Amino acid sequence: MSVNNNAKIGWFRSGTPWVWMSAGAVSISLVMVFGLLILIAARGLGYFWPSDVIAMDYIERDGTEIRVMGEQRETAFVPLERLLEAGFKLEGHQGDVARHLLKIGNRDLYGIDFRSVIEPGITSRTIPDRVIVIERHEWGNFYGFLDEVKEAGKVVAVRDATHAALTPRLERTQRLHDEIKHIEKIEIGAINYQLERLRLKQRKLELNNEFDAQHEQAIAAERAEEEKRYQVLQKKLMDLYEQMNRDSLSVVSIEGRQVEVNLAKVVRVFYPNEMGNGDKLQHYFMKVWEFLSDEPREANTEGGIFPAIFGTVLMVILMAILVTPFGVVAAIYLREYAKQGLVTRVIRIAVNNLAGVPSVVYGVFGLGFFVYFLGGNIDALFFPEAGPAPTFGTPGILWSSLTLAILTLPVVIVATEEGLSRIPLAIREGSLALGATKAETLWRIVIPMASPALMTGLILAVARAAGEVAPLMLVGVVKLAPSMPLDGNFPFLHLDRKFMHLGFHIYDVGFQSPNVEAARPLVYATALLLVLVIIILNLAAIYIRNRLRAKYQSI
Amino acid sequence: MNSSGDNQTAGLFTSKASANHRRRRMVKDTLTRYAVAFGGISVIIAIILIFFYLLFVVLPLFQSADVEKRASYSAPGTAQDETLYLAMEEQAEIGLRFTTSGKAIFFELANGEVILVESLPIPEGVSITSFAKGQMDQGIIALGLSNGQALVLRHIYRVTYPNDKRQITPQIKYPLGDAPIEIISDEVALTQIAFQSNEEQTTFAVATEDGRLMLSAFIAEESMFDDTPEFEQFTTELELSDSPILKLLMDQEHQNLYVVEQNNTLTYFDISDAESPEKFYQLNISDDGRNVSSVEFLTGTISLIMGYEDGHLAQWFPVRDATDQRVMMRIRGFDHQQASGNPITSIASEFDRKGFLVADSQGRVGIYHSTAERNLAVTELSANPIKHLAIAPRANWMLAEEENGQLQLWHIHNDHPEISWKSLWGKVWYESYPEPDYIWQSSSASNDHEPKLSLVPLSFGTLKAAFYAMLLAAPLAILGAIFTAYFMAPKMRNVVKPSIEIMEALPTVILGFLAGLWLAPLIETHLPGAFSLLLLMPIGILLCAWGWCQLPRSVRHVIPEGWEAMLLIPLVIFVGWGSMAMSPALELMLFDGNMRYWMSEEMGVGFDQRNSIIVGLAMGFAVIPTIFSIAEDAIYGVPRHLSQGSLALGATPWQTMIFVVLLTASPGIFSALMIGMGRAVGETMIVLMATGNTAVMDFSIFEGMRTLSANISVEMPEAEVDSTHYRVLFLAALVLFMFTFFFNTIAEIVRQRLRVKYSTL
Repeated sequence: MSVNNNAKIGWFRSGTPWVWMSAGAVSISLVMVFGLLILIAARGLGYFWPSDVIAMDYIERDGTEIRVMGEQRETAFVPLERLLEAGFKLEGHQGDVARHLLKIGNRDLYGIDFRSVIEPGITSRTIPDRVIVIERHEWGNFYGFLDEVKEAGKVVAVRDATHAALTPRLERTQRLHDEIKHIEKIEIGAINYQLERLRLKQRKLELNNEFDAQHEQAIAAERAEEEKRYQVLQKKLMDLYEQMNRDSLSVVSIEGRQVEVNLAKVVRVFYPNEMGNGDKLQHYFMKVWEFLSDEPREANTEGGIFPAIFGTVLMVILMAILVTPFGVVAAIYLREYAKQGLVTRVIRIAVNNLAGVPSVVYGVFGLGFFVYFLGGNIDALFFPEAGPAPTFGTPGILWSSLTLAILTLPVVIVATEEGLSRIPLAIREGSLALGATKAETLWRIVIPMASPALMTGLILAVARAAGEVAPLMLVGVVKLAPSMPLDGNFPFLHLDRKFMHLGFHIYDVGFQSPNVEAARPLVYATALLLVLVIIILNLAAIYIRNRLRAKYQSI
Repeated sequence: MNSSGDNQTAGLFTSKASANHRRRRMVKDTLTRYAVAFGGISVIIAIILIFFYLLFVVLPLFQSADVEKRASYSAPGTAQDETLYLAMEEQAEIGLRFTTSGKAIFFELANGEVILVESLPIPEGVSITSFAKGQMDQGIIALGLSNGQALVLRHIYRVTYPNDKRQITPQIKYPLGDAPIEIISDEVALTQIAFQSNEEQTTFAVATEDGRLMLSAFIAEESMFDDTPEFEQFTTELELSDSPILKLLMDQEHQNLYVVEQNNTLTYFDISDAESPEKFYQLNISDDGRNVSSVEFLTGTISLIMGYEDGHLAQWFPVRDATDQRVMMRIRGFDHQQASGNPITSIASEFDRKGFLVADSQGRVGIYHSTAERNLAVTELSANPIKHLAIAPRANWMLAEEENGQLQLWHIHNDHPEISWKSLWGKVWYESYPEPDYIWQSSSASNDHEPKLSLVPLSFGTLKAAFYAMLLAAPLAILGAIFTAYFMAPKMRNVVKPSIEIMEALPTVILGFLAGLWLAPLIETHLPGAFSLLLLMPIGILLCAWGWCQLPRSVRHVIPEGWEAMLLIPLVIFVGWGSMAMSPALELMLFDGNMRYWMSEEMGVGFDQRNSIIVGLAMGFAVIPTIFSIAEDAIYGVPRHLSQGSLALGATPWQTMIFVVLLTASPGIFSALMIGMGRAVGETMIVLMATGNTAVMDFSIFEGMRTLSANISVEMPEAEVDSTHYRVLFLAALVLFMFTFFFNTIAEIVRQRLRVKYSTL
């Protein structure tokens, strides 16, 4: 016994438990990292899968019997007491009770998209055939049964024939829808843009006191031209709208309420309960593609996130263009030209520390200095005609990328400097001994050798910029940008416009959206995309760094 | 390349082409040198610019006021008439002077030229005996007459833009009709008057020549037939001692009447029911035996500013005491104009800030702000006493009348009087608060709101969030670093280190979103589980370690040393899942099925869904990789011969770790903690999404907080450029900047020293 005791004490004395505790810390960290990634992946990827629509007979809290139908989203286990407190009558039950969250859709009928049901209240559960899910441009999904397909108010197909009648009609409506969208977005957008330019031109001439009859005529003629084109398009649009509104569907919800859905409002229909796994997979990838390539619908809670992806990418590219030359030049100056001494040491510490300064501070600086000071002055100097509406004196993509360029500058400087410092002195001296000037050595020897380090720095900078949100909230992102910063109107790249951003999209849809429950899966999917992008960028940086190290170890 | 090579072989340094070529190369070399130096230095300057720009925006906050004399002229209109009241219009183009002879004289402020003289409809043989201001922003005043009547009038200014030029037309209007209203029926002079007027009610308080104090309320009654309301008059006499009255003051809610008597007593009447006013209390307001010489409301009509005969000033306002009674309290005093025989002659309150101007008999004017307890300037306007003082609605001009009838117009440059060291970092006693407190409340709907700009609750929230984050991150990261650097098998380390470092790059918006939408509800429903996890995890690990040691050697050798962390992963997952799964049962057993309810009932602890636990977990998660990575580098860099020597002398690996390795690496670990702290302090998105963002000062782990960074990102887009609020937010950013810069610099210097130390060991 005492031997055993001694062994125990010895075991404790040896410190083995502490070693295990520290191992535990690593395990906990690893579980947290991978758990987080798995959580995001599972929730983000599951969103696109068309699950079966279940119909239930359900007894409400007050005892009324209803029929509900929807997709089962989540299940939680709730203590019985809590439900009893909430007024449920659950005689003869024990232990925890399963509570399911159903997506019931039909917001136009019920007012909400989601409801929860508790397992004991469910008296029957079926997966009915012929359930149709209609994704709509307004009011979210509709779950129900298709009764009739109508053309201009007249019934053309009922019940079993509807499926065949629906497909060509839906395709036709969608074609029209695309056409309308094209006209509205691109052609009319271009006209509006031209009209605005004319207005500014006139205002500028007026400000310079150069606005005379000749100018007036010219501008009026151009304006008339644009307006004529507009009229033509408008007429065409009216026509298209009329055509598009021709067909409609008569659908019935589970409790028998009839709803008329105009086909123009329909994004897509599908019959989840009749789909095989192959169909579902196809549907899945179609939804993924929609998510990546489409514009958001219904206050960002449905549809895709293409503008956010586009805005993020464009902003990051602009930032990279800005940060690379400055960061590299600063690093070369510090490492190759500046006299190494106390001053460079201080500068190096300062640069290093800037990487640790909170990003929101950069946002504040960007707002004050770039937006209000620089932008305000640019407006006063170059765009007096647009006043008092600001052009550059308001948050926009240029200021965002500039702010993030400053934010990521330390990352690029530090990485490039590290690359420069790893190049053996002998190589430099060899080049100089052969008669090359310092500039030539730099350009032909040092920079090419340091370029992987430079790339690493740039990738890390891009990864940081892509995930940064706080400063962008001050200097240029919006929840819904009316127009992209890059379009078909001259000068194509509009640096003064606001833009959408993946990170901000997560924040905005997750926290500012009126319908958080409906938007949540979309936020997970967006988060997954952002995480993937950033992990891939970081892995690339790590890979390049490791290769670089291996390379110079041999020199 | 080729040609130059040929040249060189042909005649090294001799041919002209070669010389040219060399010169070009030299020029290029020099140009590059200058270009790089210029570029490098300008980037470094740009970095420094951040700090100076922030400072540049913040500095005006602490500037005192500038005043500048712009004009001086003798009182416009008939100079021999006494001035009753001076006022200015919003654009400060037009001034207004009421005289005792019943004239309203509008004049150009710039030069004193009379624009319009309006004779007030005062009956023949009646004179003006008293005067009162109503709501300042409406320009409404009342005149008490010698026949027991009063006249209410407004001076208003219509702004039109004929030919794109601003034109301001002054006007006098009589909201209650242009005939004086009878306050008391006997024809006795009203020596003092106070009044307030709004659409439903107009209330007068008057002191009469024969020593009575009367309250008279005109309450609108809905008329059946037409829109013009009819008024019903209630008149009541108020009881008071015989001392002559210095001033009557009525607040704009028609609820409180303050009577200041010349014997330094202040009597407070509750007049919220005009038919039966109540006398509440009486108190002495002589501040250390001084005599009151002048009294005025601050904007919002809650605070009273008292001017005393020796130039001392004090702010008083009603405070609810322990028995919920409203008691007038002296809040703070100002003695910047104090001198014997130097009474305060006139006080003018700003229209929409809690600032005021004070004139004294030595001809000096002082500019003050009550909340900030700040004197912004004292300027000597003239050698003569100043009788009347007016301030423009935008508080950027003042008009003073000397005793000899001379008017002086001064421009005031006083943008940020609200800010002082004390109002930012000290306890401030705000109006309507029972005691001094730290409060952040930057904006509100009403105009006469007192801005509460204490950075203390925000800084407190920042440190609280950082503290809870460090509480989770520091032990996990440092223990993890110890194991990874010292005990872990190299193969595993090659995987573990990059994966924890990738964690650092994870956008914090994702962590914040998960914390707010996934973790917060989970913890809320599984609170006992979360706490049991804290207890069970170490116990589980120890049990597992003990169990593993008891296993036969053959089994233990399947997994080599250094892979313990791998072995523990299933355990961690199991314990985590188990704690959450048994949470409802635990809750039922220990807390009657609802821990939150139990806490608030039994312990009196409030519970926020988005609380410090959530922030600690999410931000701890964000900080772990930072600390881990630097600490691991420091431990890994400890020269091997040190630990090998220790092991050779018989120390166990853990003893070597603690007494040799950790001790050597401790500066590195310190700097890791500093940098981690810096990151936790500045983190924005996580706290924005995972807390309720309420600026409470509460240590409770179950309550949220509002941090400096989250506050900036919430309020910055709404702050008006160059306003005080905007600059205070810049100040918050500057505080964050300096804080993190300071800690990071310390950490960096420590780290550099350590590197030198390692190289010499």
